[in-house]
Amino acid sequence: MNWLRSFLDKIKPNFEKGGKLYFLHSTFDAFEVFFYVPNKVTEKGSHIRDYVDSKRLMTHVLIALAPLVLFGMFNVGLQHFRLQLGLDIDSWGQVVKEAGFWRIFWYGFLRILPIIVVSYVSGLAVEFASAQIRHHQVNEGFLVTGMLIALIVPPTIPLWMLSIATIFAVIFGKEVFGGTGMNFLNPALLTRAFLFFAYPASMTGDAIWVASKGLDVISGPTPLALAAQNQFAQAPSLLTMSLGFTPGAIGETSKILIILGAIYLIFTGVANLRVMISAIVGAAAMGLIFNLWGANEYMQIPFYYHLLMGGFLFGAVFMATDPVTSAQTPAGKIYYGLLIGILCILIRVVNPAYPEGAMLAILLMNVFAPLIDHLVVQQNINRRKKRALLSQTIKS
Amino acid sequence: MQEYFKIKKGLNIPIEGEAPLIDLPDLVGDKYAILPQDFRLFSPRLLVQEGDKVLVGQPIIQNKLNENILVTSPISGTVTAIVRGEKRLLKQIIISPDTKQENKIFNIPTTLDRDNIIQILLESGLWVNIRQRPYGIIANPSDMPKAIFISAFDSSPLAADPDYLIKGEEDNFQKGIDILKILTSCPIHLNISPSRNKSNFYKNIKNVELHYFEGPHPTGNVGVQISKISPINKGDIYWYLYTQDVIFIGRLFQNGRLDMHKKIVLTGSELKERGYMTALPGISMHTLLSNRLKQNNVRVISGNVLTGTNAGIEGFLSYYDNQITVIPEGNYYDFFGWVAPKFTKYSPSRMVMNWLIRSKNKKYVLDTNMHGEERPFILSDQYDKYFPFDIYPVYLLKAILSENIEQMENLGIYEIVEEDFALPEYVCVSKINLQEIVRKGIDLMIKETT
Repeated sequence: MNWLRSFLDKIKPNFEKGGKLYFLHSTFDAFEVFFYVPNKVTEKGSHIRDYVDSKRLMTHVLIALAPLVLFGMFNVGLQHFRLQLGLDIDSWGQVVKEAGFWRIFWYGFLRILPIIVVSYVSGLAVEFASAQIRHHQVNEGFLVTGMLIALIVPPTIPLWMLSIATIFAVIFGKEVFGGTGMNFLNPALLTRAFLFFAYPASMTGDAIWVASKGLDVISGPTPLALAAQNQFAQAPSLLTMSLGFTPGAIGETSKILIILGAIYLIFTGVANLRVMISAIVGAAAMGLIFNLWGANEYMQIPFYYHLLMGGFLFGAVFMATDPVTSAQTPAGKIYYGLLIGILCILIRVVNPAYPEGAMLAILLMNVFAPLIDHLVVQQNINRRKKRALLSQTIKS
Repeated sequence: MQEYFKIKKGLNIPIEGEAPLIDLPDLVGDKYAILPQDFRLFSPRLLVQEGDKVLVGQPIIQNKLNENILVTSPISGTVTAIVRGEKRLLKQIIISPDTKQENKIFNIPTTLDRDNIIQILLESGLWVNIRQRPYGIIANPSDMPKAIFISAFDSSPLAADPDYLIKGEEDNFQKGIDILKILTSCPIHLNISPSRNKSNFYKNIKNVELHYFEGPHPTGNVGVQISKISPINKGDIYWYLYTQDVIFIGRLFQNGRLDMHKKIVLTGSELKERGYMTALPGISMHTLLSNRLKQNNVRVISGNVLTGTNAGIEGFLSYYDNQITVIPEGNYYDFFGWVAPKFTKYSPSRMVMNWLIRSKNKKYVLDTNMHGEERPFILSDQYDKYFPFDIYPVYLLKAILSENIEQMENLGIYEIVEEDFALPEYVCVSKINLQEIVRKGIDLMIKETT
């Protein structure tokens, strides 16, 4: 790849200070570091540095997400053909037989690809522009955010809405606070929240999104919507929900693939186990409490169904663990996760207006994460002060 | 009293270039340097001029902030150059040695007490070998420390074998301990690591409390050891020394002469020949390394790869160091280095595919490439695994960056120095220079509290 290196070296002076294209220096820099890790050596402190940088970290999240993207494409096609054929939700085997695997996948692929492209283009445009304005380097944080946004929107989302929401979230959720690492709200969830409150009709409702057939939109309810309407008897089987052959946001349906992604993230050390486990424990505990209470039909839904319905698991694995917006202290992470799980189920069951609670629970806890950390750190400070006091009393 | 501490957090970086336990021929260089920047909180006043004749033990510089504290010449010879940097900053005092070494004689009284020991240590220049926590600066002679800590082993990458350093110096070591005991009459904690300090000698040392430590780097950092034995509180002062500092003190009081010869170790993947030799502090790298380099695009470090100084081939061995590490410079472009799986590149994380094929004893040539660009703090929990203190490192760093003195104090700035952040700095995916931040915080604390 020497020709590429010499090409970059040749055009580089144009983008440096005083060069004709200096106003594009952040953009040039972004492409240069995309191809090559820079030749910069250590100047201060440790003379050697680990081979991992934040780009590699983000790449691993994308690897964990990749199966979900592919499955999401397949599932969107599957739901489309299922409704077209007028089949029952559990009869996905029959749909595959009648419509054919590749035809299903191709349909979904054509549906999802534009969503991914729009999400990335809108978000990266803002990232590049703000990096240029601030003379910063373009940050790789959006590589993950862009994919997450595509995975938590309904497949029928109008692309212009998605674009507006993404731009809003990146500007007001991240850039105004100083960019990646400085934001306190998860930008992908903020995108979804924006869509949710600005365009509720397209986002959710009683019967949600599956896909269109020509001009007629066919819709099918998600398991959560059924539960909220006390029609839980019509909900899909546990197997169907675990495998993910249900209507829902693009990436949230396959619980098995989400768990595989979680294992990958924990194994590579990218995401934190504490947050995931405590969120699941919190949700299960709240579900159990409602089971015991059992005041209405919704409360009687077995607690493990809650873990398999809607976006909770996806949120717990990929959203709650966002290292920037989650609690930072080890103990704080446990409280943070538990509260996310509890709040998610609480919102689902008790609040009739929102069928899904994961998004709101995580965003709320994003806001409270600094408070949780403050309390944990304060304990450390108090411990230190007490120790100092003790040693002084011994001395005197 | 004996205690055993097992430290789990930390990492032994499998870097190539360990020195075998062999003696290389000793070398006498044509020039030695005193480097005022080696000494923390030391504002140097020059006591010699170019052309002056100096003896071993003759004062070269004096601390303007405490005029009793002197740095003396380790060698007898002629001052040949005084090198200054920007704003006349005193950088190097170069001394060319005589063929015949002449010593300044220090009178050692028959009855020793605190006052005359302080007097002799200050005069001989050995006082600068006694350092204090908090802050990691030269101890103040008028202080009475709560305890003295001696870390008898170095856990940092490629560090010298502790038994090899003390071999033949056992009596001087014991003498040094005895002197320190008279000097302070406070407990002296000698911390050893049974897997590294194999010599039986340690078990028979008198006047010390022996503690056992086992674990990966940074177990050998004296700050880690203090935090386990008796954590530093506000207002506490501890003194600390390393094996060779104690030996120098012992020698001085045995025979009334300053003798700073110490075992140094030449390490690093870019040396043709590695091993131990006896040398004086300030010896030039050129003398030591000119015929030993495998190639020229190298970094010559006085000290270890985590905390050492970039001396360069024209530089000198720093005063406190007993190790030289030579590794390749990393000034190359790495094609798709951020995403390619890279089976051959070492990383303690599983984010590089190397963990799949890594065998337990495999060593890696590590270079000075940053392997990425600086970013804001992203991962909040990655330092924890390498930081064996009851401190929240990111919170402390942020308190330093916002210059919040009270919060720095609350979060434990007294308990750490920059070397404790070296491993977190090595693993940091955001490539933040943590040690620099910590040093700024400590400097600020000193400025604000004195």
